[in-house]
Amino acid sequence: MSALLVAEQVLNGLQYGMMLFLMAAGLTLVFGVMGLINLAHGALYMTGAFACAAVAAATGSFWLGLAASLAAAASAGALVELAVIRRLYARDHLDQVLATFALILVFSETTRWLFGSFPLYLSLPEALSGAVDLPGGLVYPAFRLAIIGIGFAVAVFLFWLIGRTRLGIRIRAGEADREMIAALGVDIGRLYTLVFALGAALAGLAGALVGTIQSVQVGMGEPVLILAFVVIVIGGIGSIRGALVGALVVGMTDTLGKAFLPQLFALAMEPSAARAVGSALASMLIYILMAAVLIVRPQGLFGARA
Amino acid sequence: MNRAAIIDAGLFAALVAVALVAQAAGEPFVITLATKAAIFALAGVGLNLVLGYGGLVSFGHAAFFGIGGYVAGILASHAMSGAPVATFPFTMQGTNEMLAIWPMAMAVAGLVALAIGALSLRTSGVYFIMVTLAFAQMLYYFAISWPAYGGEDGLSFYVRNTFPGLNTFDPIQFFAIVAVLLGLALGLSALIVRSRFGLALRAARAAPGRAVAVGIRPFGIRLTAFVISGMITGLAGALYADLNRFVSPAMLSWHMSGEIMVFVILGGVGRLAGPLAGAGAYILLEHLLGGVSEYWQALLGLLLLVIVLFAPGGIVGMLNGGRGR
Amino acid sequence: MKRILTGVAAAALIAAGAAQAEGVKVGMITTLSGGGAGLGIDVRDGFQLALKMAGDAGAAVDLVVEDDQQKPDVAVQLADKMIQAEQVDVLTGIIWSNLAMAVVPAATAQGKFYLSPNAGPSALAGANCHPNYFNVAWQNDNLHEAAGAYANSAGFTNSFILAPNYPAGTDALAGYKRFYEGALAGEVYTQLGQTDYAGEIAQIRASGADSVFFFLPGGMGIAFMKQYAESGVDIPLVGPAFSFDQGILQAVGAAALGVKNTSQWSKDLDNAANQAFVAAFQEEYGRLPSLYASQGYDTANLLLSAMAKADVADQDAFRAALEEADFASTRGDFAFNSNHHPIQDIYVREVIQEGDVFTNKVIGVALEDRGDAYADQCNM
Repeated sequence: MSALLVAEQVLNGLQYGMMLFLMAAGLTLVFGVMGLINLAHGALYMTGAFACAAVAAATGSFWLGLAASLAAAASAGALVELAVIRRLYARDHLDQVLATFALILVFSETTRWLFGSFPLYLSLPEALSGAVDLPGGLVYPAFRLAIIGIGFAVAVFLFWLIGRTRLGIRIRAGEADREMIAALGVDIGRLYTLVFALGAALAGLAGALVGTIQSVQVGMGEPVLILAFVVIVIGGIGSIRGALVGALVVGMTDTLGKAFLPQLFALAMEPSAARAVGSALASMLIYILMAAVLIVRPQGLFGARA
Repeated sequence: MNRAAIIDAGLFAALVAVALVAQAAGEPFVITLATKAAIFALAGVGLNLVLGYGGLVSFGHAAFFGIGGYVAGILASHAMSGAPVATFPFTMQGTNEMLAIWPMAMAVAGLVALAIGALSLRTSGVYFIMVTLAFAQMLYYFAISWPAYGGEDGLSFYVRNTFPGLNTFDPIQFFAIVAVLLGLALGLSALIVRSRFGLALRAARAAPGRAVAVGIRPFGIRLTAFVISGMITGLAGALYADLNRFVSPAMLSWHMSGEIMVFVILGGVGRLAGPLAGAGAYILLEHLLGGVSEYWQALLGLLLLVIVLFAPGGIVGMLNGGRGR
Repeated sequence: MKRILTGVAAAALIAAGAAQAEGVKVGMITTLSGGGAGLGIDVRDGFQLALKMAGDAGAAVDLVVEDDQQKPDVAVQLADKMIQAEQVDVLTGIIWSNLAMAVVPAATAQGKFYLSPNAGPSALAGANCHPNYFNVAWQNDNLHEAAGAYANSAGFTNSFILAPNYPAGTDALAGYKRFYEGALAGEVYTQLGQTDYAGEIAQIRASGADSVFFFLPGGMGIAFMKQYAESGVDIPLVGPAFSFDQGILQAVGAAALGVKNTSQWSKDLDNAANQAFVAAFQEEYGRLPSLYASQGYDTANLLLSAMAKADVADQDAFRAALEEADFASTRGDFAFNSNHHPIQDIYVREVIQEGDVFTNKVIGVALEDRGDAYADQCNM
């Protein structure tokens, strides 16, 4: 195997990690501030992808579609927060799991009712289609490079938002002591709606970007949701930094495991058995990683408390 | 009898009555639905033990449900083909006797629960939810890519396993077997909850610090409960395999874990007959709404939302007039 | 258009006049909700269209449709319901092989006919074949075999092949290798449901292959083709029709243009039955029919042809009538093999653009009068 292939796979791992980070950032934010397990995060991701595809098809502009995905997911998020989610903050995790599980059903079937049962078309904008030549003879799709860039930009934005702005101070205060900041006159209800909408917008953005290179279809959010949970659990729930590190670790592990495990096994066994065992193990790898992390550090890598 | 006990007995009687009426009316499919509800309820009874009384939210009970199913499926398929299941360290033949399959399914599910529980119980809260999910997902992906027993296609064994003196292919007789097992599990569950062990389990949930102070070691108590819970859910899995004469990785998927959890929450967490009420209502809704619209799952979702928002005690809680547990 | 319809209806009426048999009760178990619903809806719509076009003969079919949610356990329970409570004579509709494996053997053992409009797992074609089981679509390997045969004729000698790691995936790669004579540049099993193929594309780029064969049904295929088109790799793709049906192509868009795929049916096949079907389907539902719709339509017409000749209560006569396959298939020539699976031509198609619709055009025949590899193992 050539150095070029290894380099491309590492880049793939990085890119996959960034995609997972976009999804996990909103999830971990919502959990950190409101203590809410939101299984419907994947539904908001799907909302973003469908909004982007529909608007891009109607206007012919991918960028308008991308803006629409942010707007649609944020407003769907705000609406859901006002109607359902705010009644769940005081409840235990169980009720949250059940209610947001119910929301998945509602979102999926409503989307199918609105857009039909077939996948939608969503294609790359002209400016980002095709591949670019990188130093060292590496050829890499431009859009995937853009995803890596957007991922970093979102990470920087979130660190700035939480660390340097008034809203960030309130968010951090809300995490630490809910009653106190309410007593200080901050409208906690509005703060929560805002944070939830922000998390939803991030999910919608991820859905639009990922939908562009994958497929826009009902149920697209569920496999990613489980992965996003794996990411935030490994990173430590509630921590943006944890989500970033967790996403990169999961992205690398998954990509490199799939690429090289079957070849590794082929050194010791006959090829067809090695492929079967290697691919089976590769698909279990991130869950094994997660279990291992939790056994060593039950609160995740950057988690404050168990 | 207090009010809670009357409700529990009433729900069980209602299930049996549905099956008997369906038998008299010549509606075998309704019996099949009642059987399915009873099996899901049994799986829920297993989960309720850790979730309801122990406060441990396991999002991976599909693992035990699926393992029970696969034990039944693998033994039955080997009985059909005549090839031994294992030749090392000792020769083990397949079997199609339910009385042999059940203990086997429970033992294997219990062993896996012991391993998963010993590792997962080191964590708590959301981390526990997610780590149990992770273990179930591992088994799910393993089952999909493991070719020996059908992988994603699943494993069919075509003929229901046998029970001495009964014709298990007759819907009402199979229902009777399932109902008796469900009754036993409910009884066992009631006994456990009232025993010293059950008190300790609940104490460890309500006030962990105080429980430790009076000499209760939460880890051991919780692990024991987790294993018993896995065994009951494993038995339900074996019965579900027999209901369909078929097992597949779908029994191990996170959707299944979610559904078992929905039965428990819908019915009422930590209430004896909660899983029965929940599973019954879920199957009834699925059946009724399926006739209303192609998009019935959206209606189901809305209904679940209403219940969780406005009736936090679940169905049994409503029947009980919102009174405490 | 109207004239064709009346013509078909008249022909069906005449056929129906031959034997005014009792009505037949048909249970259709298919996927109508969730991510895989598009396939089931097309099978159902094709089937119902054929009944409607057959007029009175079609009205003699009492059709019950139920949604299996793509879950095998639900499918088994629905089959129990249809057999026990509805007492259907014929079952049909299942899309997925794993659901078919769970339902079909039990149904045929209970003396019901099963007409498969889509799934054709190898077990049901070989050792576990059954006199009451008829496959009106293909044996699962067929389209992959045809892709292998096409690769030879296109001069490919070094293929990179990939499929998900589950039984249908391993069967697909085995099917491709059955006819393909060249070398393999790589053989990769992906995770089922995987939607990011950057890693696999990197392997393809590094492999030095001259062609890529992939079997990735549904959303997996959409994702793969879009990512492949952006990757800068330009090795030609070959695949079975499942990633190129009418519903999926619109989602892939230009990324699929020019890709060769193998299918037993195409909307531009030049025969009267097909032209009538395509026109009627568009008029009735306002969209182009897919492969699955054509299979549903053929299944219904096979059933009607048997009903015209025999009473379903006389199982032997009805079976014999089905075996004759005396109906005008949308695929042209169609006959049943000794194991009740089709003998048919498998075509090579190319993805083209007509206006702003992406669709397929037949460019040749990959395999003529192809049966399947398992017929010898079937003793009935």
